Amino acid sequence: MSRFGKGKILNKLLELGPIFLLYISVLNEFDFNYLQLTYFSFNFPFILIFYWSLKKPEHLGYGLIFFAGVINDVVIGFPIGMSSFTYLLICGFAAYLKNITLRPSILKDWLFFLFSVLAVSSLSYSALVLFFQFKLNYLDIIINIIFTFFLYVIIANIFEFYQKLISNRDKND
Amino acid sequence: MEAGRDDFVIAIRSAFIQRGNKQRFSLFFLLILSIILLVLGKFNFSVINYIKISVKELVYRSSFIVSVPENYLIDGYINLKDHFTYYDHYQDLKKENKELISNIENNNFVVSENIRLKKIIDDYIIVSDEIVAKVLIDKQSPFLRSIIVNKGSKDNIKLGMAVLDGEFLVGKVVEVNYTTSRVLLLSDLNSKIPVTIEPEGYQSILSGTGKNDGIIQYSKEEISLEEGSTVFTSGSGAIFKSGIPIGKILEKTKVSYFSDFSQLRFIKIISFEKEEN
Repeated sequence: MSRFGKGKILNKLLELGPIFLLYISVLNEFDFNYLQLTYFSFNFPFILIFYWSLKKPEHLGYGLIFFAGVINDVVIGFPIGMSSFTYLLICGFAAYLKNITLRPSILKDWLFFLFSVLAVSSLSYSALVLFFQFKLNYLDIIINIIFTFFLYVIIANIFEFYQKLISNRDKND
Repeated sequence: MEAGRDDFVIAIRSAFIQRGNKQRFSLFFLLILSIILLVLGKFNFSVINYIKISVKELVYRSSFIVSVPENYLIDGYINLKDHFTYYDHYQDLKKENKELISNIENNNFVVSENIRLKKIIDDYIIVSDEIVAKVLIDKQSPFLRSIIVNKGSKDNIKLGMAVLDGEFLVGKVVEVNYTTSRVLLLSDLNSKIPVTIEPEGYQSILSGTGKNDGIIQYSKEEISLEEGSTVFTSGSGAIFKSGIPIGKILEKTKVSYFSDFSQLRFIKIISFEKEEN
């Protein structure tokens, strides 16, 4: 009985993994900026949100994503609501892809991810520059998008392994 | 063709409007909520401002705690990097020290003379408040260069106060909460500081580039700046007092800051006022 209880708790914690990771990443960006690599930055929350919204949306509540966006805005100094808007749009793109896909493939996901990130970044760039009069370096954003796109495959594979781990534990229980 | 469009509409409606499995809110509702927050925030709606301040207080503290493990890693990485350059640093510092010792003697005389002369023309400015603050969050984001410090309106921090790392200017306070504040670093694209370039004596504006260096802008004519010239605050616009060192001219209009913004741990927040006679 005790083993059964412990296993259930562990499964629950593993299921909450993506949410924990999202909150840790917005509070403490996983972008290796401290390495001072001139042209290196990527958007980890975009990858995480797109992947989990596409594969297991039940592990990542939209309300929690909204609050993660608010926290991200506060941490990096953007207008409140901007990151929530971009994160939710990423969710929307992922949900749309999930709805129209009969046979999922990593290549299709990857290319659609590029389209989603480009569309969402263009929207947020336009809103920040035109509506909020922010000065942003266009090149930095493009580089960020490129690295986010390339790192998607690597991180998606790690998430897939994690997802299989959860599924296997569920089956065993 | 009709069917294709219908499929598209159904997929979009299902993605955005319908609530998914285990989802409490629909995407459409939350997207609208984000837009409302953005619009109300833009027009400084008071309720939004109170929410913002409360969320900021909470998030800054949480972010500091969550960042502790990463900060250990960063410190380890920096220590390791420094370890390999210790000897070169030592040689440079030895050389620099010799020059500094001789400069200090000259400097002491010039400073006392300067104070005396400024008092004569009633332009002697003193530091009225000096508050030492700890850097809570330093994301070194490629988009916005700012830091969060652990002093706020409770400690008499006000908008526009100068922020120094030792004697060097690093930025100014752009957001004040009850126990925390945001400092816009000089390296941010949105930072514009009136400066004097010595010994040429040019007046100009120093802008951030979003990188680790600054750029001299808005000078009236084509000015020829010498490599190694020093950039000080000019005191124009009454933002800061004049003569706070900022950096050196690297090449053409590029400025290398004296302070390393990635290494800020403790900073001084100060305001200036004229000495009362």
